Amino acid sequence: MFAFTYHRPSSVRKAAALAASVADGKLLAGGHTLIPTLKQRLAAPGDVIDLGGIPDLAGIELRGRTLSIGAMTRHAEVAASPVVKEAVPALAYLAGLIGDPAVRNRGTIGGSIANNDPSADYPAACLGLGATIITSQRRIEADDFFTGLFETALEPGEIITRIAFPAVKKAAYVKFANPASRYAMVGVFAAKRTADIRVAVTGASQSGVFRWTEAEEALKKRFAGRSLDGLSLPADDMISDLHGSGEYRAHLVGVIAQRAVEAAAG
Amino acid sequence: MTVTRIGEAVRRKEDHRFITGKGQYTDDIFRPRQTHAYFLRSPHAHARIRRLDTAEAAAMPGVVGILTGKDLAEDKIGDLICGWMIHDIHGQPMKMGSHPALAKEKVRYVGDHVAVVIAERLDQARDAAEAIEVDYEVLPAVADLATATDATAALVHDEIAGNLAFEWHLGHKAMTDHAFERAHHVTRLDIVNNRLVPNPMEPRAAIGEYDSGNDSFTLWTTSQNPHVARLVLSAFVGIAPEHKLRVIAPDVGGGFGSKIFIYAEETVCAWASKRVGRPVKWTSDRSEAFLSDAHGRDHITTAELALDERGKITALRVKTRANMGAYLSTFASSIPTYLYATLLSGQYDIPAIHAAVEAVYTTTAPVDAYRGAGRPEATFVVERLAEAAAREIGMDPADFRKKNFIRKFPHQTPVIMTYDIGNYRASLDKAMEIADVKGFNRRRRQSAREGKLRGLGYSCYIEACGIAPSQAVGSLGAGVGLWESAEVRVNPTGNVEVLTGSHSHGQGHETTFAQLVSDRLGIPIEQVTVVHGDTDKVQFGMGTYGSRSGAVGMSAIVKALDKVEAKAKKIASHLLEAAEADIEFKDGKFSVAGTDRSIDFASVALNAYVAHKFPTSEIEPGLKEGAFYDPVNFTFPAGTHICELEIDPATGRTTICNWTAVDDFGVVINPMIVEGQVHGGIAQGVGQALLEGAAYDRDGQLVTGSFMDYAMPRADDLPSFKMGFTETKCPSNPLGIKGCGEAGAIAAPAAVMNAITDALGTEAVPMPATPQTVWKIARTRAAPRAAE
Ligand SMILES: Cc1cc2nc3c(=O)[nH]c(=O)nc-3n(C[C@H](O)[C@H](O)[C@H](O)COP(=O)(O)OP(=O)(O)OC[C@H]3O[C@@H](n4cnc5c(N)ncnc54)[C@H](O)[C@@H]3O)c2cc1C
Repeated sequence: MFAFTYHRPSSVRKAAALAASVADGKLLAGGHTLIPTLKQRLAAPGDVIDLGGIPDLAGIELRGRTLSIGAMTRHAEVAASPVVKEAVPALAYLAGLIGDPAVRNRGTIGGSIANNDPSADYPAACLGLGATIITSQRRIEADDFFTGLFETALEPGEIITRIAFPAVKKAAYVKFANPASRYAMVGVFAAKRTADIRVAVTGASQSGVFRWTEAEEALKKRFAGRSLDGLSLPADDMISDLHGSGEYRAHLVGVIAQRAVEAAAG
Repeated sequence: MTVTRIGEAVRRKEDHRFITGKGQYTDDIFRPRQTHAYFLRSPHAHARIRRLDTAEAAAMPGVVGILTGKDLAEDKIGDLICGWMIHDIHGQPMKMGSHPALAKEKVRYVGDHVAVVIAERLDQARDAAEAIEVDYEVLPAVADLATATDATAALVHDEIAGNLAFEWHLGHKAMTDHAFERAHHVTRLDIVNNRLVPNPMEPRAAIGEYDSGNDSFTLWTTSQNPHVARLVLSAFVGIAPEHKLRVIAPDVGGGFGSKIFIYAEETVCAWASKRVGRPVKWTSDRSEAFLSDAHGRDHITTAELALDERGKITALRVKTRANMGAYLSTFASSIPTYLYATLLSGQYDIPAIHAAVEAVYTTTAPVDAYRGAGRPEATFVVERLAEAAAREIGMDPADFRKKNFIRKFPHQTPVIMTYDIGNYRASLDKAMEIADVKGFNRRRRQSAREGKLRGLGYSCYIEACGIAPSQAVGSLGAGVGLWESAEVRVNPTGNVEVLTGSHSHGQGHETTFAQLVSDRLGIPIEQVTVVHGDTDKVQFGMGTYGSRSGAVGMSAIVKALDKVEAKAKKIASHLLEAAEADIEFKDGKFSVAGTDRSIDFASVALNAYVAHKFPTSEIEPGLKEGAFYDPVNFTFPAGTHICELEIDPATGRTTICNWTAVDDFGVVINPMIVEGQVHGGIAQGVGQALLEGAAYDRDGQLVTGSFMDYAMPRADDLPSFKMGFTETKCPSNPLGIKGCGEAGAIAAPAAVMNAITDALGTEAVPMPATPQTVWKIARTRAAPRAAE
């Protein structure tokens, strides 16, 4: 780790002002991605701005049909929250699958989404549910937010404050975990909200989380696992590594998507 | 306060310390004025160092010193050694490439030690290391074991032709070949025993400290065998004479073999502390551990089994190529030879065996003992062959084994070992009952209805523990004898310190050894302390590996206890005014036979030191006895493990549904600790079979260099184990114990792979059987076996 200046602002406004005023600042949430990166000397920010002291970033609320989760909410809180379990049970279930207890007690939903790791779980839920990402500057639809591997629509210094999810019961997440890291090798979030059917896939694609539109079309006829029979994705677009070739991942997406749809259809 | 008996499942005495964070590991030790070492490691698998310039780095903030191979040579510090001499098939000594603690002309694996930077703080040392200029001439890597001896392969050590450390064989070739010519059926398997990274929870660490006042060194290090470390560092590496070097291995957090060896880092910390005149501390981080801890296994084997028309094994023939990595590590040469080929008879009566082994250098981390060390590789060969052979000739795999089991003991195998005792059939029968093998077909049909493939696999393993009779291993090339020592110090108030040359790195010696003393002397276990891990406190000893601390280490304690009891009886005879021959010792009391006169152990202890009541011209005051115990034979723990698993052919994921382990460890001192050892061993064996596999790419880069890519077994990868014991008392040691530390890791891989190959209906399934691997095979197979 290299030396840096540590800040702990008390409001989003102050944090945003700080972020704008320093040359190479980094926001710190749970630190489960950032701190290892620093320790391995893969990043050397001059300033680290800790979001842990900002009350506005905390809390889980259900207003009408909208579930709003503060960016600093830990995975363990989402997993255990009766509010989340009631409004979007699949989301609580997903949070409980992330990492291990230590990771879930530190890692945050905001950090996970801002990081947009191609194998992370939350991005699939955001896309699969059609969430809205609320930042220090604007509201961004999930469809526009995840722009590529570790890339998002966030501008430098822009802070995620909350994530708004529609309350959806007919939804499910199925994760096929990488045997080593336990991140998603393939994770599929399938949801049906009246006419809106979404199938979001994480872990598999070289360009990060994506919606499998072909599958969504097929499911419009009938929301059942069977409807996906015969559908496939091109292996060339998939991540290929030690744990799984593109071909294997493409195959897994099909299998896991069917299981997710079956679970969502309940 | 009661006595703890042998056989009781008492809780571990040391756990209070560990659980409350009071363990003292090497990294917990802070020496006044200590500095921090950071090793600059080679980023290349193979390169010549053209130029090494430390000038700029040496001037950086906090830097206390930078040392290289040149400085080592200047101080005449010797190479690291391999302590087991193998003579090859031509009678020539093995070819040992020079292994300096800091590279001289060449680096030979990614992670090899180029220089050490010593600084006030670790980050300063690291900064400076990044400023060292090294001009490498990159040479071709030799990363692939199969092609490492090809004429086109680069030479890891310029002077060692064909990268061959030695070719070696064991057994009777002509007899074996003849049996194969006449065989009714031959089963042949190609086997890769995958390479593993040991990954103990505590990474390696060392602190070297030089005391200029006494011209002596102290080395704190994460060692399984501190005396051996001192001997090697003194007699071979030349750090200091033995009496000027104290080696302390405090609490050690796991090792699995990887902390037996004498590595570059502790050597350098000890030596450098004199150079810089301050203590030098190094703690491995996990990335360094992946690169530089000695790895395990890594064999390529073709194995054949010859059968007669009744399914009786007539011969076994094995050709193995073993990866040694870039250098011969401390015991590397013994692993694929005397710890491997000598166990190829398994539990079976096999008239002829021949094993040919090539030990090969590659530009990868050194490979040495890892839990089981050669014996898992042997069991894997034998048990995969047994299962495959039974399937090929259409015999039930359990019946096939029963037919071929050794039934008469002692049994001389064609590969050196004399098995003293065992009852293999008893373990198999008991395991089959616990595993409900009878109900398996029903469960398999149920799985098939759910679209799953279910398989069942046996592993009837054997191992040689209680390492080892000194003369015997000496004749096979060992550089040291493998006896063990103990001293029992009874204090005036009757409590006891046991000094043992074994050293616990998680096995619970502080409990088991104390339990033995409690049982024997009739004093509460709380009144016994085990002292180990410090060459200044404890007499010379050989350390802990090869499941030897029970069979050998505790036997030494028994010998010392015998002497304590004998002397105490003498003293008691004076106190009780009776003839020594009439004194009986039972339940902590000395009594005069046939009377009600008695005196307890603590009173005798006190009187031994007060020395008022016996003639000191005949009996020396005090009560303290030492013993050295040399085993007369290896011990042969054996048993049956049965794995039942289910495969989801759509994803390739394997789920272990049932695990049955029935082991014969002879007498069990503490069943809870023994079960724990078996649990851990199974976990590691399942890890090898399903998850773990160290992989180097063509350029010799370790691609599984972190837990992101190297899959360790976790609790939820395993079922709750069903365990049972059978017992044949070991006849060769006073307690009748055999050893249990490695059994799980030895038995498990074959059990898993026999079950997977059963489920998939093909023998060609490599380890680790990851989901991808299994899926690829499953989709080429038509239908589950049950549907046939
Ligand atoms: C061992 C381990 C296992 C894991 N397993 C999984 C898994 O199975 N599935 C999974 O999905 N994840 C997994 N993770 C990731 C983890 O769950 C976190 O989600 C992730 O590390 C990011 O969250 P964080 O709060 O730690 O963010 P940090 O590490 O603090 O930050 C990550 C990045 O996001 C930026 N950032 C943080 N908060 C905000 C914000 N509010 N606005 C804008 N930018 C922000 C930071 O500047 C930084 O660039 C694992 C992590 C570890 C260490």
